[in-house]
Amino acid sequence: MMLKRSVLALLLAGAFAAPVTPAAAQLAEGATPPQLHWPFAGPFGTYDPGQLQRGLKIYHDVCSNCHSLSLVSFRNLADPGGPGYSAAQAAALAATYKLSPADHFPAPNEAVVSAFPIKPPDMSVLAKARSYRRGFPWFVLDFFTQYQEQGVDYIAALLKGYDKPPAGVTVPPGTFYNKYFPGHNLAMPQPLFPGQVTYDDGAPQTLDQYSQDVAAFLMWAAEPHLDQRKRIGFQVMIYLIVFAGLLYLTKKKIWREAELHP
Amino acid sequence: MSGNSIYQPQSAFMRWLERRLPIGALIYSSFVVYPTPRNLNYWWTFGGILSFMLGLQIVTGVVLAMHYTPQVDLAFNSVESIMRDVSFGWLLRYVHANGASMFFLAAYIHTFRGMYYGSYKEPREVLWILGVILLLLMIVAGFMGYVLVWGQMSFWAATVITSLFSAIPVFGESIVTWLWGGYAVGNPTLNRFYSLHYLLPFVIAGVVVLHIWALHIVGQNNPTGVEPKSEKDTVAFTPYATIKDTFVLILFCILFGWLVFYVPNYLIHADNYIPANPAVTPPEIVPEWYYLPFYAILRAIPNKLMGVIALVASIAILAFLPWLDTSPVRSARYRPLYKQFFWVFVIVCIGLGYLGSNPPEGWYVIFARLFTIYYFAYFLVILPVLGLVEKTKPLPNSISESVLGASGLTGARARA
Repeated sequence: MMLKRSVLALLLAGAFAAPVTPAAAQLAEGATPPQLHWPFAGPFGTYDPGQLQRGLKIYHDVCSNCHSLSLVSFRNLADPGGPGYSAAQAAALAATYKLSPADHFPAPNEAVVSAFPIKPPDMSVLAKARSYRRGFPWFVLDFFTQYQEQGVDYIAALLKGYDKPPAGVTVPPGTFYNKYFPGHNLAMPQPLFPGQVTYDDGAPQTLDQYSQDVAAFLMWAAEPHLDQRKRIGFQVMIYLIVFAGLLYLTKKKIWREAELHP
Repeated sequence: MSGNSIYQPQSAFMRWLERRLPIGALIYSSFVVYPTPRNLNYWWTFGGILSFMLGLQIVTGVVLAMHYTPQVDLAFNSVESIMRDVSFGWLLRYVHANGASMFFLAAYIHTFRGMYYGSYKEPREVLWILGVILLLLMIVAGFMGYVLVWGQMSFWAATVITSLFSAIPVFGESIVTWLWGGYAVGNPTLNRFYSLHYLLPFVIAGVVVLHIWALHIVGQNNPTGVEPKSEKDTVAFTPYATIKDTFVLILFCILFGWLVFYVPNYLIHADNYIPANPAVTPPEIVPEWYYLPFYAILRAIPNKLMGVIALVASIAILAFLPWLDTSPVRSARYRPLYKQFFWVFVIVCIGLGYLGSNPPEGWYVIFARLFTIYYFAYFLVILPVLGLVEKTKPLPNSISESVLGASGLTGARARA
């Protein structure tokens, strides 16, 4: 019995505590992005239309020079649970591109893009396609805390993560040191600087604000039905919990008879 | 119990139908008066949950197939189009993707329950083997469905898993080319995976019918492992099992709903939101969580062919369980030593899952090897030997005795 207990303890320790990622792998991974506050986090989270509008402005003014957004249509800007534009406003933006509202955001300037060694990725699902390793036990807790914002935390951190390389580290030509990027050598130069994009709603024109706004916009682009999903989810949960309670009481009543009269 | 044990059609139509096709009697005898052991605990509710999950996967899958395009340049975007433009497409897709996880969760609990209570033992060997076949079919169907998304992880999982066949001596390379329909994973591969992913659930449904048929021949096992001896040992399927199964199904759906509505991407690798790119290998290729223990076994073995053999053997060995376990006692309740080895086995399986999600280096490899040894030793050494040397606890004379105490009815009255 004692032996069995200790074997069990050893197995547990072995599986969950002892293995440590080797130093080489640690180096290749980027620094852990800080967890920011997002209005769309948690069971009752919703997008903040103002933030999405600011994020769209950053995408429009800066990102779209190189990055496409091929799965997002202009009409989506007027969809419920989005940036909150009217259909006319969406059409007006589309008109500046000489496209119809059904069309997607156009491909970026090929002449600019072809200068990069790697094609800049499409941004439509980027917020869900980026993440970072959470490790044990965090990945277990994330299920309960509903932490699903790894992608936006990473993107916001990356946009602020440009820095001088540590002493002794050489950055290959054509790449830029970023402490959050896995491997650290990022082909994209720092895209955002304080004061670069003019906000018309009085929000601070800082790098912190920019990076968080554009990350939130990309989350909406990747998951446009998040508001609806969480709203319906709450209704479904209430329904199921009440239903389960009633079933439990019914079950108890039915089985009590079987226990009394076997 | 109340009601008649023989089906009597109530309406003129059912009387007419019953003389031509006695389907009413079949349903009545299988799902209403069918006697179930009265001491079944909540671990016995997962069979019903699995039937529900199969039905749900088929219904959501058929609708998804109406909007999906199995072509390498269009597949990824057609899934995204379902997520964005199809009415409640996001719900369908998240239910289907997370439904696979819930399906496997239920299947694993169902399997572990069978192992704990010795449900595979005589006369339930065929029932058990049909279950192992179902698990195998689920593994194949789930893998093919994952590939259809055609993200980076889909593509590279397809490449890694199909390449395993190249370990077969002499014919390996030819088999892989035949599976791919070309010299790499490409459009023909995606097309056949789509075709088979649509076919396999119906094969599974067919085997489920056999599984339930076999169950109704031999009857359910129960926590004591002692066969029902009198009517006092059983209750009617309806309402007793029906209400209990439905209650747990709804609890299961609460967990499922949490996953679908609040953390739908918790179990989906972020890299699978990057469109498949044969020119870029992802930093790590990780299968879905429900394959991780098998993946860890595959990688624990340094030789490729031996690794593939171990991978196949880790599932196939389950089919031989009825003959590897030599103990005459079914339930772990009366097998003190077996119970401990069983729980270590469960921890080893979870541990293998954790190791499978980590890179095969350093301590991870050493533990993966130790756990792999235990996995196979459990079946090949521990179970055969344990049955011969273990001193088991005395079994109750009957189910009702174990439920109601030795004095039977008086015990129940006293409690009431």
